[in-house]
Amino acid sequence: MGSGRFFGGVHPSYNKGLADSSAIVEMPLPERLVVFFAQNLGVPSQPVVKKGDEVKKGQVIAEAGGFVSTPVHAPTSGTIGSIDIYPSPVGVDAPAAVLVPDGKDEWFEGCNVERSSEGLGVKKIKEMIHDKGIVGMGGATFPTHVKLSPLAEKKMDLLVINGAECEPYLTADHRLMVEHAEGIRDGASLFATVIGVRNVVVAIEKNKPDAIEVMCKAVVGCQGFSVEAMDVIYPQGAEKQLIYTLTKRKVPAGGLPMDVGVLVQNVGTALAAYEAVRYNRPLIQRVVTVTGSGIREPKNVLARVGTRFEDLVKFCGGLEGDAAKCINGGPMMGVAQYSLDAAVTKGTSGLVILRQEEVTQFVSDACIRCARCLEVCPMKLNPSALSIFIEKMRFEDANEYNVMDCIECGCCAYVCPSRRPMVHHFRRAKAEVRKLQRKTG
Amino acid sequence: MARKDLEVLLEDNMEGKTPEEKPAAEPTHEKPAPRPGPRPKKAEVGPRFVVSSSPHMHDGRTVSQIMRFVIIALAPAALYSIYIFGLDALRVILISTASAMIFEAISQKIMKRPVALRDSSAALTGLLLAMNLPSTSPWWLIVVGNFFAIVIAKQLYGGLGYNPFNPALVGRVVLLISFPVHMTARWVTASRFGTDAVTTATPLSQMKESLATLGHIDIAFGREEIFDLLIGNRAGCLGETSVILLALGGLFLIWKRVISWRIPVMFIGAVWAMTGIFHLFDPAHYIDPSFHVITGGLFIGAIFMATDYVTSPVTKKGMLIFGAGCGIITVLIRLWGAYPEGVSFAILLMNAATPLIDRYTKPRVFGAVDTKAAA
Amino acid sequence: MLTAVIALAALALLAAFGLAIAARVFAVPHNPKADEIEEVLPGANCGACALPGCAELARRIAEGKADIDACPVGGESAAHTIAAIMGMEFEGGAEREVALVLCKGSDQVAAKRFFYNGIYDCNSAVLVFGGDKACTYGCLGLGTCAGVCLFGAIDMVPGGLAVVDPEKCTGCAQCVAACPKGIIKMVPASRKLHILCSSHDKGGVARKHCKVACIGCMKCVKAAPEGAITMDNFLAVVDYSFEIPAEVAAECPMNTIIVTGDAAGACEEPAAAAGGDA
Ligand code: SF4
Ligand code: SF4
Ligand code: SF4
Ligand code: SF4
Repeated sequence: MGSGRFFGGVHPSYNKGLADSSAIVEMPLPERLVVFFAQNLGVPSQPVVKKGDEVKKGQVIAEAGGFVSTPVHAPTSGTIGSIDIYPSPVGVDAPAAVLVPDGKDEWFEGCNVERSSEGLGVKKIKEMIHDKGIVGMGGATFPTHVKLSPLAEKKMDLLVINGAECEPYLTADHRLMVEHAEGIRDGASLFATVIGVRNVVVAIEKNKPDAIEVMCKAVVGCQGFSVEAMDVIYPQGAEKQLIYTLTKRKVPAGGLPMDVGVLVQNVGTALAAYEAVRYNRPLIQRVVTVTGSGIREPKNVLARVGTRFEDLVKFCGGLEGDAAKCINGGPMMGVAQYSLDAAVTKGTSGLVILRQEEVTQFVSDACIRCARCLEVCPMKLNPSALSIFIEKMRFEDANEYNVMDCIECGCCAYVCPSRRPMVHHFRRAKAEVRKLQRKTG
Repeated sequence: MARKDLEVLLEDNMEGKTPEEKPAAEPTHEKPAPRPGPRPKKAEVGPRFVVSSSPHMHDGRTVSQIMRFVIIALAPAALYSIYIFGLDALRVILISTASAMIFEAISQKIMKRPVALRDSSAALTGLLLAMNLPSTSPWWLIVVGNFFAIVIAKQLYGGLGYNPFNPALVGRVVLLISFPVHMTARWVTASRFGTDAVTTATPLSQMKESLATLGHIDIAFGREEIFDLLIGNRAGCLGETSVILLALGGLFLIWKRVISWRIPVMFIGAVWAMTGIFHLFDPAHYIDPSFHVITGGLFIGAIFMATDYVTSPVTKKGMLIFGAGCGIITVLIRLWGAYPEGVSFAILLMNAATPLIDRYTKPRVFGAVDTKAAA
Repeated sequence: MLTAVIALAALALLAAFGLAIAARVFAVPHNPKADEIEEVLPGANCGACALPGCAELARRIAEGKADIDACPVGGESAAHTIAAIMGMEFEGGAEREVALVLCKGSDQVAAKRFFYNGIYDCNSAVLVFGGDKACTYGCLGLGTCAGVCLFGAIDMVPGGLAVVDPEKCTGCAQCVAACPKGIIKMVPASRKLHILCSSHDKGGVARKHCKVACIGCMKCVKAAPEGAITMDNFLAVVDYSFEIPAEVAAECPMNTIIVTGDAAGACEEPAAAAGGDA
């Protein structure tokens, strides 16, 4: 298993120094929390509380809406103030419960009790991971129990714990590895047990030497565990690229990592799963890197799910005057917010605030066919041709040129000298292609 | 009329307020962003943030930066041409660059496109065309060439990014066909300042000449001649002369990642290999391949013209094919064509094939190949 | 030089000859009626008839497989001529419909939530939070509809709002399909009173987002004939089967209702409606 290198990629300025040495700080309870009911990719969860209900910390407030769904828990004890539509940090406005904390922060019965994770069956572990609402915390928020249930015919042989954190600015996973290496390791062994693999690789980019060191120490004596230091290149942490770097296996286009026998889990997810199984703690808080030049005191904040961005920003010293862009997630793949009314969800890895002079303006100039985008596209697409097709609304052609395989990593737009809104084009095309496919059945 | 009514109503709505031209929080940029609309003055919900699709970072490179890099890379050769051809060369360069920019501005105005002189692409086209003209070119020749290059070959097709043919080359070829005398018959050898200019022929036409009159090649090609050719001590267009300086410019561009090595290397390599094969079999009629490589417009063509972004393929394989194709056609024209030099025609022909090449060299998407995983 | 010209000319002649032969050889038997009908059709190939082009529709009409008034663009006059060609009677079909953008919130009156930076296209803009307008129902003003209208009937007024010119509109409904906000409706061309709002927001919210939004005060509902204007989830909606007197427009406190001139463009009704607006 050597450190290979995937095709393409870029080297953005990482700016991780803003927050990578500041330890995780827990944020005091804000005055109110806005907890979205849809916290995972897939089927949204079904609310089971109504206005005025008293809830305890860790109590279920929304139940899983199907298999690809997870329950949502109250992040603290308090009263449900209202249920309404709020600006969701990932796109469209969505229903959420406003929770007014009572300040006691009382756990729901049975939560937060230590118990042994020894000898638990696979089924039991998966059930606990599901019940405690664990989802992929790298940003995708895909329900973890689903990922832990690969099709029986796929022979799994490797678990990758993704600590690449290749997104610029973000340092949440980095700090997590430095401060909670053992928990991550134990979470990883839970996952390994569930899918029945022996080899576990913790993959970390070389720009986090302290994390590599701590992780190496933590896995000493653990059979099958290893830590892999990887080259620093974006998008090293994208699943398909990560797997290729570590194993030279190519996840088939349109396929999943399990097609090549690999499961990838984020470090945060591993820790959350460990806490869920060991302490019966639901996923109600996470580390959010609040950073960027637009914020006064960049920090890694342990925030409750539902913490409004407004409160997060306040906790970090407030905005600089000319803060002009606020991004949920990293600057390469994150979602720009239009207001600070949105709130932390299980997938919020960071809040990056950029000042005016750092905001890139897309201008939709003509493609000069410089081919830079082809050089960097890790999926080996032809973004230039794609964007030109899409501009002409030729979505079938875009489909033929594999627009559906685009991982929206943003490398192409990052290098495009014409500042074309490439990823925006591809999102559009994907929506249109899906429409076409639905039409033709 | 109904629409008028509505417009009047809309004006009513404005209540005499004219919207601000630019919202206060709109980040400035060289070019106007696609309408981040005017900020409503008394709106209660005022926008605060810029919202766009990801990514939110950029490596900072711009089109004008790229164009400037190319101009910088051309500069040594251009300066050297002034050194050897004297002020005449400077005159050609100045007239050409200026007229290119003027044509660009005028046609953008007329076609109601934003005037984008700052992207330097017109200046580059003008410079490139100048490098492809003899130092004896009269001013009107230069202007006509630039007219074809900028107005016909570029702006009429839709401007930068839409032109199928390399504008500078279109300019040159139009001149070559329409004014062959001015373009090919009046060469001066390198004169330096002060010494007399002698009217002479380019090495390539000397070669053709001797082939035609004597039936075999009879020109000196020894160490001295090679040295002269390399440093550019010879007759030719401004930019054809100094192979070394052009190569340096090319290396600079490759180092700056402005161009890829593929097209120039394949182009020059194909010319060398093909003429080499002929030379091996019949040295009396086919001259040493090195002669072909370092004479004529091959270097400037391969490094600066064939690599023009808009008109060359974007795929890696495509670039290789494109370069090789240019080389092969060049040799065909040089050896059997009517013209002594074939670089321009070769590139233009391959320009025409570019969309096709791109289509057939579509990169294979990552993971499309196989599932033969199993470690 | 000369040889080249001659060679090229010869090549062109050859190609032309080849084409001529090909046209003979591959000619499709033509229905003369179809040709005549095609002459009458607008020739815009707009797709409003849901067929690939005017020629196709002409063929179908000639073969009796399509109605003589199947082309909404050609409208009644085309139908009459086609009827004559086909030797049929045309009794007049449904009333002419034109497109109407149900939004009046240009940038001067409607607030924005953020500064949109991206593709200048409505369908793309909706992908980021549904567009930059504070009102999530309103026109994004990026002109996608104007782009698809083959007849140049949609103008983008300054400040970002699409406005249909009923005189140019042929009723092909391409714009209706193109608008991601679904705010373009086909309305009878003869109707003059329109409520130009699509916002289902509650009054207070709607008012905050846009100065000309329907706030659901129901004044127009009361003033109009019973059932002619109904409330649909905080939005007043016109039922175009009713004739609504122009005075109703004056009731609206938000200036949302407009009365247009003779929208049908049949110029029988001069100036009557012009003063309708308060
Ligand atoms: S966003 Fe899509 S097309 Fe662009 S570089 Fe990434 S994978 Fe390639
Ligand atoms: S990077 Fe931009 S300008 Fe260059 S080929 Fe790609 S889309 Fe075109
Ligand atoms: S009516 Fe619809 S398509 Fe037309 S500009 Fe408005 S939002 Fe865009
Ligand atoms: S406005 Fe709409 S319905 Fe009218 S002609 Fe244009 S596209 Fe067709």
